[in-house]
Amino acid sequence: MLEIGLGHYLTVAAILFTTGIFGIFLNRKNVIIILMSVELMLLAVNINFVAFSAELNDLVGQVFAVFILTVAAAEAAIGLAILVIYFRNRGTIAVEDINMMKG
Amino acid sequence: MPMAQVPSLIPAAPELFMAVMIMAMLMFGVFQKSASAGDEVRTARYVSHLSVAVLALTVLIAVAFSGGRVLVFNELFVTDDFAVFTKVLVLLASAVTILMAQSFLERHKMARFEYPILIAFASLGMMMMISANNLMSLYLGLELQSLSLYVIASFQRDDSRSTEAGLKYFVLGALASGMLLYGSSLIYGFTGTTDFAAITAAVAGDGTHGPGLGVIFGIVFILAGLAFKVSAVPFHMWTPDVYEGAPTPVTAFFAIAPKIAALALFMRVMVGPFGGLLAEWQQIVIFISMASMLLGAFAALNQTNIKRLMAYSSIGHVGYALIGIAAGSKAGIQGVLIYLTIYLAMNLGTFACILCMRRGDQMVEQISDLAGLGKTHKMLALALTIFMFSMAGIPPLAGFIGKLYIFMPAIDAGLYSLAVVGVLASVVSAVYYLRIIKIMYFDDVADSLDRPVEKTIGWVLTLSGLFVVIMTFYPGPILDSAKLAAAALFAG
Repeated sequence: MLEIGLGHYLTVAAILFTTGIFGIFLNRKNVIIILMSVELMLLAVNINFVAFSAELNDLVGQVFAVFILTVAAAEAAIGLAILVIYFRNRGTIAVEDINMMKG
Repeated sequence: MPMAQVPSLIPAAPELFMAVMIMAMLMFGVFQKSASAGDEVRTARYVSHLSVAVLALTVLIAVAFSGGRVLVFNELFVTDDFAVFTKVLVLLASAVTILMAQSFLERHKMARFEYPILIAFASLGMMMMISANNLMSLYLGLELQSLSLYVIASFQRDDSRSTEAGLKYFVLGALASGMLLYGSSLIYGFTGTTDFAAITAAVAGDGTHGPGLGVIFGIVFILAGLAFKVSAVPFHMWTPDVYEGAPTPVTAFFAIAPKIAALALFMRVMVGPFGGLLAEWQQIVIFISMASMLLGAFAALNQTNIKRLMAYSSIGHVGYALIGIAAGSKAGIQGVLIYLTIYLAMNLGTFACILCMRRGDQMVEQISDLAGLGKTHKMLALALTIFMFSMAGIPPLAGFIGKLYIFMPAIDAGLYSLAVVGVLASVVSAVYYLRIIKIMYFDDVADSLDRPVEKTIGWVLTLSGLFVVIMTFYPGPILDSAKLAAAALFAG
């Protein structure tokens, strides 16, 4: 029988976190995907916190995870709101069109 | 035995007062009648004045209840002289930027009462992160600040540049928060706590072996997140775009208050819980400091947009401030605090000048639009000259004192290469500051900018100009209070 220990949880979280970062940088299509990647990063952090919390027998990690969930919800709301007004102005949310300013 | 005791709320009085007042102002604004556009402008004006009053009162409360180091809310929250010093800077910056913004917002038909409220909420978040004594309160303060800032950046919601700035800021800011959180989770896992004092004890260990790899990774992630928030190289890429796209009063706010708060947080975290690991993080801070100074100096050379120029200038200034943190000494922190005070005055003045750059009621943002200012607006040109000389660090203006108190601790700490790079970068950056002066006085007059300069802006220019000129000859009070504040940071 394979025991699932702290190391496995940390590995999963690290993979999810890296997927999130790559999702932000390599994605060339759609801003919604970027928002999903951001959520993925935050949830990876939550896995970390909960795993550590169980391992350390300490509730602080779970409290932190609940705070992160709350803030992530607010963040998603604000992100989508900004995306909506952006779409109203430009009529597109393709990542490659976000280029009015550079230099 | 009571189940729990009500904690003493006095140390958090400024934050509590502000939170309650902001809610009250929000209600006031929502329930005002808004039948016509005139009503909305009037409400916006009321709330804007109210929020300046609230910020000023908060400064008074923060100063009145200062003294000594006090922990509250299960040691999640700390106030000490350091917190009071930086809070006063942040609140001043927010109040003055709200004052300067009002007429701009009215001219551009975006005078809504939410603007001062969002700025006040962002300032509340900054105060909470300055007073954080736990990774949890750090995160919550930082997010309260960031979420308000994302909205403020895209406040001109019918303008595609402003919304693009908001979108970019949001995506990269969320990424930074994610990295900071991942670092926090590693620190929590490998030290078993999120409390700053307990982390200090845990990373010090028994002294026989260094910190574990997990802790080091945690510090690196937290550093990356913080570098993002202070816009230090290599995490600076959002800064020029956001500064250029956001409405000008918003840019003024972004360049000052969040920078000061994020640098204060940077100091709090690096000197506090990770102070014992100076050897581990010093190299990283030296690198980002050098890179920021050099990028701030060279990338700004061929900018034509003045807001973009100020973005690179602020990246450079953050690089200088980081020198003091890299020194890791009391004198270094004192230097950073002095630098931030002077940075506040210089930037308020410069952005007040930029807010005057209007022609036919349209904002103009090109540096070449300043041509001939020395002939058409003598006082404005004089003020901008003072600020540009000060930013370049030319004695006897305040910017010179700031750089002096930053470079001295670096030399004392043996960071010679860092100090040399700093001096060289400030020589290079003098080129673009002096170019602005040259354009103002020696280039032919194009169309004159609008007259007259508004009264509020005139006051901001006068006061910050006086501060920049007088500071060198009468630096005592600021040096002393910065010294007290730096000592308080190390006492924790």
